[in-house]
Amino acid sequence: MLVLAIDTATPAVTAGIVAVDEAELVTRADRVTVDPRAHGELIAPHALAAAEEAGVTLRELDAIVCGVGPGPFTGLRAGMATAAAYAHALGIPAYPVCSLDAIASDVVRTEKPFLVFTDARRREVYWAAYDASGARTDGPHVQRPADIETDIRVAAGDGALQYAASVGVVPIEPRFPSPAGLVRVARTALLERAEPEPLTPLYLRRPDAVEPAARKRVTAL
Amino acid sequence: MARVIMGIESSCDETGVGLVRLHDDGTVELLADEVASSVDQHARFGGVVPEVASRAHLEAMVPTAERAFATAGLKLSDVDAIAVTAGPGLAGALLVGVSAAKAYATALDVPLYGVNHLAGHIAVDTLQHGPLPTPVLALLVSGGHTQLLRVDDIASSITELGSTVDDAAGEAYDKVARVLELPYPGGPPIDKAAKQGNPKAIAFPRGMTGPRDAKFDFSFSGLKTAVARWVENAERAGDQVPVNDVAASFQEAVADVLTAKAIRAAREQNIGTLVISGGVAANSRLSELAAERCAEAGIELRVPRPRLCTDNGAMIAALGAHVVAAGRSVAPLDFSANPGLPVNVVSL
Ligand SMILES: [Zn+2]
Repeated sequence: MLVLAIDTATPAVTAGIVAVDEAELVTRADRVTVDPRAHGELIAPHALAAAEEAGVTLRELDAIVCGVGPGPFTGLRAGMATAAAYAHALGIPAYPVCSLDAIASDVVRTEKPFLVFTDARRREVYWAAYDASGARTDGPHVQRPADIETDIRVAAGDGALQYAASVGVVPIEPRFPSPAGLVRVARTALLERAEPEPLTPLYLRRPDAVEPAARKRVTAL
Repeated sequence: MARVIMGIESSCDETGVGLVRLHDDGTVELLADEVASSVDQHARFGGVVPEVASRAHLEAMVPTAERAFATAGLKLSDVDAIAVTAGPGLAGALLVGVSAAKAYATALDVPLYGVNHLAGHIAVDTLQHGPLPTPVLALLVSGGHTQLLRVDDIASSITELGSTVDDAAGEAYDKVARVLELPYPGGPPIDKAAKQGNPKAIAFPRGMTGPRDAKFDFSFSGLKTAVARWVENAERAGDQVPVNDVAASFQEAVADVLTAKAIRAAREQNIGTLVISGGVAANSRLSELAAERCAEAGIELRVPRPRLCTDNGAMIAALGAHVVAAGRSVAPLDFSANPGLPVNVVSL
């Protein structure tokens, strides 16, 4: 089946067309731009360009897979709004995937567990831990790197590069979720044509908002 | 051949999807106008919280679109063009609508227009009252905007004559409501209280009406402070605050300044029609005073019904229809939302 994969949970604006069945999982075309402020501008053009390069029209797609974070809010929503609207407009299911899991699924397997860190801004990271088979064992969380308690010493994701020294981890590839990684995480659900879970963003933080005191004085208005 | 235009709005706290039909004679017919509001989620904060609004937009966007198509009895494949609010508005909120609109447009393979929210508030009037004469004067009043605009062509030519230098009129309503311990948003409860009060009880200041002030600009910050100070003084003196009189006197000051400046602008610019739109247009005293003063001045007054005045997708679809009819060019697909989009840019 033909799948459009979308992720905007990291500074990368990622879209790709992936062909998947029981035997294979192949990226037919992708478009990735690393620019934390271009998610709203580029995600739909990237989806369209990837489809064109793959030689398919969007109407030929069978499903969408979308990274649902965790990720900084504004950028994350660009990809999710795009995925939701594509699913509606094309009449196809959209499968949510944890963006950290998508990064983890691209990590070259060793015998050891590993972490995935992505940049959460405000000097924090989104992170999760994985066992040697790539299954998530902890997270996702949002925390200051110095507060993370773990014995695992290797970490994928762009946050690992950024905070390698302060956390004492060895950064490994990849830095961002790939279309193939996203589709691999959803592969079983896709092939079973399972009813997708709702596309719910993993914000992990509450909105910054303070309730005003009962009544403000003139000077405070 | 008649064309169906889909409009998407997400600039503040209302997620709107509208569908209109553009007929060959240029008239625009309303087919669906579905809105999901996050206003209740902002009430305890006393104003719109951008992140809360943006989260609500993402949740509501597709369900609202589904309802619009169901109401209109149309399929997605019936859509011939899409218009989306490109600005002005809250950055994170706009981004949700723009992202969804790009996906709808590329999936359906139809042209996408990034249009101006403020122009949408004016264009919406054509859904109720038919084509706009040219030129037309528009007074936009809401929680986010207070502007006096000259419209020479709704699809391409809008000039700002004046705007607020501080708070929007609706913002002043919200803040005064808080002072009077009335609920948020402040417009409806103040309007209700004012009906029981005396508008001449307290002489609140009329901002920006001095001989050296900009003729068509507004200021509501001083008024809001004057009301708060008056209430505090009354409380300090141990008096019971006459909420109805304060509300009526405040509302009178707002309506007086808005209508006086609008009439003056219409006269000076020789414009025969005034459109009042935006959330505050539903205010009873504003429309009453505007009707009175327009009649005296021989100016035709057009006020869309309240449902069309507040933010919605139908206004964006209506503007989109006029932009399509005028043969304006489509936006490049990689356009970005512009929180500060100037009003003279009707479409990108
Ligand atoms: Zn508005």
